[in-house]
Amino acid sequence: MTSLIETRALSKRYPGVLALDAVDFDLNPGEVHVLFGENGAGKSTLISMLAGANTPTSGEILREGVPVAFGSVADAQKAGVHTVFQEFSLVPTMTVAENIFLGHEPRIGPFINRAAMRRQARALFDDLDFPIDPDAPVAQLSRAQQQMVEIAKAFHGDLSILILDEPTASLTDREVDHLFRFIARLKEQGAGIIYISHRMQEFTRIADRITVLRDGARIGTVAMAETDEAALVEMMTGRSIPEIYPTIRHAPGASILSVSNLRTPGTTGLDFEVYPGEVLGVAGLVGSGKSRAFRAVMGLAPRLGGTVHFKGEDMSAATPRAMIGAGAYYLSPDRKSEGLDLAATANANLTVNLVMGAPPGRLGLIDRRAARAGCTEIAGRVELSPDYRAKRISQLSGGNQQKVLFGKAFAQKVDLYIFDEPTIGVDMGTRAALYLLIRDLAEAGKAVVVISSDLPEAMNLSHRLLVFSNGRISAQLGGDDIREDRVLKSFFDEESQSA
Amino acid sequence: MTNAQTSRPANPLVRLFVKVGVLPFFLAGALVTFSLLSDKFLSGQNMANVARQSVYLVLVSMGQMLALITGGFDLSVGAIIAVTSVVSALAMVSLAPMFPEFVWIAIVLGCLAGFLAASLIGAFNGFGIAYFGVSPFIMTLGVSSVASGIALFLTGGVPVADLPYSFGDTFGFGRLWGVPVPVIVALVCIALIWVLMTWTRFGAQLYAVGGNIKAARLSAIDTSRVLMLAYVLCALIAALTGLLLTARVESGEANLGGTIALESIAACVIAGVSLRGGIGRVENVVLGAFFIVLVQNGMNLAQVSSYMQMVLLGALLILAVIFDQVRYRLIMGGN
Repeated sequence: MTSLIETRALSKRYPGVLALDAVDFDLNPGEVHVLFGENGAGKSTLISMLAGANTPTSGEILREGVPVAFGSVADAQKAGVHTVFQEFSLVPTMTVAENIFLGHEPRIGPFINRAAMRRQARALFDDLDFPIDPDAPVAQLSRAQQQMVEIAKAFHGDLSILILDEPTASLTDREVDHLFRFIARLKEQGAGIIYISHRMQEFTRIADRITVLRDGARIGTVAMAETDEAALVEMMTGRSIPEIYPTIRHAPGASILSVSNLRTPGTTGLDFEVYPGEVLGVAGLVGSGKSRAFRAVMGLAPRLGGTVHFKGEDMSAATPRAMIGAGAYYLSPDRKSEGLDLAATANANLTVNLVMGAPPGRLGLIDRRAARAGCTEIAGRVELSPDYRAKRISQLSGGNQQKVLFGKAFAQKVDLYIFDEPTIGVDMGTRAALYLLIRDLAEAGKAVVVISSDLPEAMNLSHRLLVFSNGRISAQLGGDDIREDRVLKSFFDEESQSA
Repeated sequence: MTNAQTSRPANPLVRLFVKVGVLPFFLAGALVTFSLLSDKFLSGQNMANVARQSVYLVLVSMGQMLALITGGFDLSVGAIIAVTSVVSALAMVSLAPMFPEFVWIAIVLGCLAGFLAASLIGAFNGFGIAYFGVSPFIMTLGVSSVASGIALFLTGGVPVADLPYSFGDTFGFGRLWGVPVPVIVALVCIALIWVLMTWTRFGAQLYAVGGNIKAARLSAIDTSRVLMLAYVLCALIAALTGLLLTARVESGEANLGGTIALESIAACVIAGVSLRGGIGRVENVVLGAFFIVLVQNGMNLAQVSSYMQMVLLGALLILAVIFDQVRYRLIMGGN
């Protein structure tokens, strides 16, 4: 039996980083093959090349034994490879039906047949059992609904290989069941499915084989029946869990941030406290409002009501500038578009915060010497090697970029650190280093908030954990109550509960 | 799915605003203001006048809309009009003596020369923007200077006179079934563009490229080709306008384009075409261009000086963009 698709020594090199290192991979008909690994392990790079969105630097791709070179997503689709990307490939200004048929609209002569388009879209949703109106503009759908549209998009034409990149990241249990039933049907028809997910509890339900990637290289491929969660985690991280997450001393002081009945677009009735000397974890699905809540606290997202007290001062209407001035720091989850100046050097990026955080020098001018000394000190603290300090951010790897982003937080006098997805797209070694920085801050008596979609991270770092669901806090867990089953249950809770 | 993002504004005026943009409000305001300022304003004759005068801006604005929907814009439409006018006039004048019996051959060839020149300019715009990622602002601004320069260079700044009489008589002042020919040309063009945008794959691809270019690429759309074609089409429509204007003034002139780039962008934005791309409807753009000409006509009747008219037009454009921002936020769900 030939493989549906196979890669041989597939590599992808970006400036300064080898994203994929000679990976062999194969997919059989009627199989669900899971790709497993951390953010930045190379999963997305691998599938982007199978999907035609990216071209390999070296190595080859074989479709049923024949070497192929996909020049575009269209090429791959013609070869029967359809991909549901994690980053939504929907056009928000168009309707659901228009999006589903984008690029292959049904036509009469040269004209689009809108009636047929709507009918087929409706039939597709009925088939998938997704309750979505084909005429609704995509911008007005919830994230889960958008995810369903994204999945529906892949289901037409000759579908022999389906690639799903974290398809369940924002679906409820019921929606996941629909999807899995559909995957089972596809398997019976002889299609192959490449499935990327972090949720190990899903693997036992659908996976046939699992390939684990780490730092761009293939660590191994195992049959699901012959492995277990602990073994997979060890393959993924290269170490066992206690080695990754440091133990953080817990010595909470009096409340530094007090939020009461805060409302923002998409979230309601948020009440919580943040204490110095403690790590507060914040978990929830993408779109649950966990990030938006803290952006609103910082004044980065609109506030519709409620109060925010910081160090006893009423900051309910404070601008981001006022919040930073008062000693709060927000680390953006999107270092490329919000966190860093990609065209400037690491030193220049740090200098901005050093200059803003310090009183001006003589004559009100920038004290360059002090700034240089500050950069060196910070770079040492975040372990950014001297070679990288004068390099442009765009030439650094994700891990080093994240170190610079952390460094910016140390350039100013800060008492409350809000880290939003602090280790997104960062390799294992850097993650461990960043966790030590978080430990040092908390143990030095700072208040630290870690907002994370990576559940092990949120659970293992925090002394207390807020769980967001549907724009509200569905659980506040502490100490031994921070367990995976409790957190996952709260992800989908409609009513709030406290523990 | 209970989610705050799916809720819609309750106020019917706000809903109307989100749906169609600021234009109905502006239009109602203009009609009330100018009919109070002048009795002649609402007369049938004046309205017919406005309809005839608005043909040129309506056409250019539809081309501009194509560029705007892809997320760019075309500042060179005025220069394209100038080049078309000069090139077609020069061609007609030099070809006419060769076919003394068949003056229409010279006219048709002259028009084709104009279209060819314009499509080259459009292709140049599209090439820079689609394949080299030059920002539409710089690309079309630069091309605008190049094209205007060429038009002035070709004529030495002097109008090209002695066009065949039939050209001006037909396309400038002619009537068919009592309707001015330029109006008929515009109506046909409106219908074609409407069909293109609403009922063809290319239209859907234009919206997709402007709405989310990454998504368009992942949906197997050749985004570079779409961008390229958008600018070529925009140039061709501008060329059509240039020919109609040339027929109207009965000479090839290098200054015909004037302020039409700004006016066409204003017409589109007032008509709810988003400057971020992906949003815009043909019928609204036609109305938007009509509105601008209506305001100019009303101000003329109310004896507002032409200098003051420039001030008001600029202010209207800025106001429309502010409303566009507000509307975009409402559409995207308060993010």
